[in-house]
Amino acid sequence: MNTVYHQIDQISGSVITLRATGVKYRELAEVTSRIGTSLAQVIKLDGDTVSLQVFAGARGVATDAQVRFLGTAMRVPFSDALLGRAFTGSAKPRDKGPELTDNLIEIGTPSVNPAKRIIPRNMVRTGIPMIDVFNTLVESQKLPIFARAGEPYNPLLARIALQAEVDVIVLGGMGLKYDDYLYFRDTLDESGALSRTVMFVHTAADPVVECLLVPDIALAVAEQFALQGKKVLVLLTDMTAFADALKEIAITMEQIPANRGYPGDLYSQLAARYEKAVDFEGAGSITILTATTMPGDDVTHPVPDNTGYITEGQLYLRQGRIEPFGSLSRLKQLVNKNTRADHRTIMETMIKLYASYRETLEKQTMGFRMTDWDVKLLKYGARFETEMMDLNSDIPLEKSLDCGWAILSDCFDADEVGIPSKMTAQYWVPTPGKSRG
Amino acid sequence: MEKTTGTIIGVNGNMITVAFTGAVAQNEVGHAEVAGATGTLRLMAEVVRVRGRKADMQVFEDTRDLAVGNPVTFTGNLLAVELGPGLLKQIYDGLQNPLPQLAAQCGFFLQRGVTLQALDRNAEWAFTPRVKPGDRVSAAETLGTVPEGIFAHRIMVPFAFQGLWTVRSVVPEGFYQIDDTIAVLADANGRETEVSMVQRWPVKLPITCFSERLRPTATLVTRIRSVDTFFPVAVGGTYCIPGPFGAGKTVLQQLTSRFADVDIVVLAACGERAGEVVETLREFPELPDPRTGKSLMDRTIIICNTSSMPVAAREASVYTAVTLASYYRMMGLNVLLLADSTSRWAQALREMSGRLEEIPGEEAFPAYLESVIAGFYERAGRVRLKDGSIGSVTIGGTVSPAGGNFDEPVTQSTLKVVGAFHGLSRARSDARRFPAIDPLESWSKYPSIIETSRVEVLRTVLRQGNDVAQMMKVVGEEGTAMDDFVTYLKSELIDRIYLQQNAFSDVDAASPLERQRAIFDLLERVVAIPFSFNDKNEARHRFARFTQSFIDWNTTPAETPQYETALAAIATLATEASHS
Ligand SMILES: Nc1ncnc2c1ncn2[C@@H]1O[C@H](COP(=O)(O)OP(=O)(O)OP(=O)(O)O)[C@@H](O)[C@H]1O
Ligand SMILES: [Mg+2]
Repeated sequence: MNTVYHQIDQISGSVITLRATGVKYRELAEVTSRIGTSLAQVIKLDGDTVSLQVFAGARGVATDAQVRFLGTAMRVPFSDALLGRAFTGSAKPRDKGPELTDNLIEIGTPSVNPAKRIIPRNMVRTGIPMIDVFNTLVESQKLPIFARAGEPYNPLLARIALQAEVDVIVLGGMGLKYDDYLYFRDTLDESGALSRTVMFVHTAADPVVECLLVPDIALAVAEQFALQGKKVLVLLTDMTAFADALKEIAITMEQIPANRGYPGDLYSQLAARYEKAVDFEGAGSITILTATTMPGDDVTHPVPDNTGYITEGQLYLRQGRIEPFGSLSRLKQLVNKNTRADHRTIMETMIKLYASYRETLEKQTMGFRMTDWDVKLLKYGARFETEMMDLNSDIPLEKSLDCGWAILSDCFDADEVGIPSKMTAQYWVPTPGKSRG
Repeated sequence: MEKTTGTIIGVNGNMITVAFTGAVAQNEVGHAEVAGATGTLRLMAEVVRVRGRKADMQVFEDTRDLAVGNPVTFTGNLLAVELGPGLLKQIYDGLQNPLPQLAAQCGFFLQRGVTLQALDRNAEWAFTPRVKPGDRVSAAETLGTVPEGIFAHRIMVPFAFQGLWTVRSVVPEGFYQIDDTIAVLADANGRETEVSMVQRWPVKLPITCFSERLRPTATLVTRIRSVDTFFPVAVGGTYCIPGPFGAGKTVLQQLTSRFADVDIVVLAACGERAGEVVETLREFPELPDPRTGKSLMDRTIIICNTSSMPVAAREASVYTAVTLASYYRMMGLNVLLLADSTSRWAQALREMSGRLEEIPGEEAFPAYLESVIAGFYERAGRVRLKDGSIGSVTIGGTVSPAGGNFDEPVTQSTLKVVGAFHGLSRARSDARRFPAIDPLESWSKYPSIIETSRVEVLRTVLRQGNDVAQMMKVVGEEGTAMDDFVTYLKSELIDRIYLQQNAFSDVDAASPLERQRAIFDLLERVVAIPFSFNDKNEARHRFARFTQSFIDWNTTPAETPQYETALAAIATLATEASHS
């Protein structure tokens, strides 16, 4: 029943309203007007009044535009031909390659049955001590990078993608600067990773509705690769742009906002995407790393706040470094018991001491006299920052742990760091000539 | 009676508007039909508002492909769960669909429109009658029992039965399936009704056929020192754990679900991460119940409606959980219900309220939020049953406040109704001081495992130590008097070795009652010592040694020779200190 409708009653933001019958909720339609053809999706049915969200935006859509309902929900092509390619937020080629039309798959499909999930068990080695030692990344984890705009979160994402051992990289760009898109493309290309990458990129100049589609498309494609047995790493940047797109649409739909203009279902919307991360027993896996920019560097802003409640930890990127305070991988305990016996001890002790170092630093700036203990902490903090916090490193975990013991032994006495004696007996590095504090 | 039917006239998110003929009840369940790949799917929905001949219904599943004109049938029943033997060990979604069985049928992904029976129809249960023909019984009285794991599962007169009934017949001892008739009861007018081992109960109504409610006066030992000693939970009480993300709410609940001294644990994973449930689901069958040595799963029910599962079913899931918990309470058992996170449930209410275009309250939550939360926690409690035995439901809910700020509607509404508050602080979790229960902000109205006056002494030290720490930030260590400095070190010692407990250490994760008392005694001794030091370094060093020796003991398993040695080492240190 491909009736064509010609009469649009209302246009507001990217939403158009018309009278039509036999329309299904979430079905797609093609909207053709003087400025071209765009897909649109049914977002509300009220009697015979149908509201559609136009992917390319309603700008230039006239009241006599043609609307043809397609009878199906949004789908994207899936095949190995996707690899090495770049597409827009509505899955049209962004590169010079051909349009793909075969083997269409649905997007935004139901979630994995929790009973079919397995406990994550494989560490993803990145060669970055701040991640491997302190915030171990685990296959099937979902982890955002919280950063203010301007921090190098995209280079960090790219670096992790290159150093991590994965089969397929799916990049979803939302509100990405065109330069950043080129940066990802070139970086992946130079290291030969482009041929195992597929990119769905919405740039800041593209229609806002396409921004909303990017995570669903990227994750639907990732899911198919994973079901084929591939280890997939999905990079989504920037999820705040995605949330802002949600906000924009919600406001056009006159929904009552919950916090700072964001819709009340922001949590559920974000969770539906992040929860696609999974390790399929007997098949592949999806690991999700995202960038979430924090407006005003404020982690209580609704987007990072809701994200933190969904993801399995977060990495704070501040002044080009992963901030040890607050950064967390919640899945780390699942894997760091099997790496090396001292992994957890080093991880906990070093962070605790680093926290004390920060306090001492504060005291120092206020001009207080430094005690012996403070002096030790200052030495420790400085070494920690230069040796453990460098993001440009590519060091195996074991070497990083050894380095941790060396720093501790050099800065402190074995009985003042709060490590059980059995452990220090084994790992403490004797430092001849060090005087007792 | 003719079934009410209707047709869809509007779809908006998970809300449909249905024009109906006949009668519908508020909260009545209906099914909306939609064409699926393999035939017609029936999507379950619940009436949330009736206006004229139109009903607004929240659909418990994805509404894609629903169209105006699609038929809806009403069931005449409220949203209800099945109660009977076989609930333990199960993993259900928010509407009591067994997830493992769904997986067996549908594979990796959840499919909409698929509903399965909650209880196994074919399982055989060894029934022993407890009544004989002629006995007079009323709702919730025991007709017989079947063993379910280590419990005698009571087969009771259905809770909905009003008045007195006479037993006409009861089956002899033997094996029966849950749908088999096990007794025939007659009401005052002699009308007979067959009773099986399974009954249905509407989840939004409390089960109240007990004889009286009792005050929660006994401590529920969780083996978390900070909780049991400083902010105790009571058997049949309520408590909440608000905290910013990553502060340790879920880890606390996981620990509690493993170690709490109760008969049965119902876990409601309500709108949180699926991965966290999986940990429980895969680990519990392997872990021993600290009380019985049997598998932990034998005493556990999991209600799992995680964040990417349908939102309306999330709203239902907490009620499903509390109904199952209340059912086992009617057998004289102590049940603990842990809900993670009640904020997600409140958000589900908010989404529905928004779609109904109700006038929003603070942060767009509906105006009735407070009474709904109160109503939920009111379903906890210790009760005396008709046969004199005592059962309880204890409810602990996490709260996930926006921005980690407790001054928001869900936290505030919850604080008004619970008996204990375990507020987690970002500062503590950032400093890895786990569990991050804030020792100054949190409170409890329930009795501790240690005498109040003794706890108060340490609480005072904690408070004073915190004051000193604040002051030191301004005047520095050198500007702090030695006495104050020692108080500060004492408070740090209490914090480090008593309040802090490492969830991932085999030994320290759970501190049984005797162990807590033993360490409390020693700690109390150390705190009472009137130390005098020449300088602050000496003081710090002395306390570092205490800390070290306590930590060594905390990580030493009981029933090993080292246990006594480590204990003695602390005692020696204390004796030395008091004499110097
Ligand atoms: N008692 C503990 N001992 C050691 N580590 C802990 C403890 N509690 C929490 N943690 C650490 O903090 C992390 C986060 O804890 P958890 O998942 O319980 O937070 P949460 O409050 O439930 O967060 P969210 O609101 O996002 O669900 C854990 O993965 C663990 O690393
Ligand atoms: Mg949690």
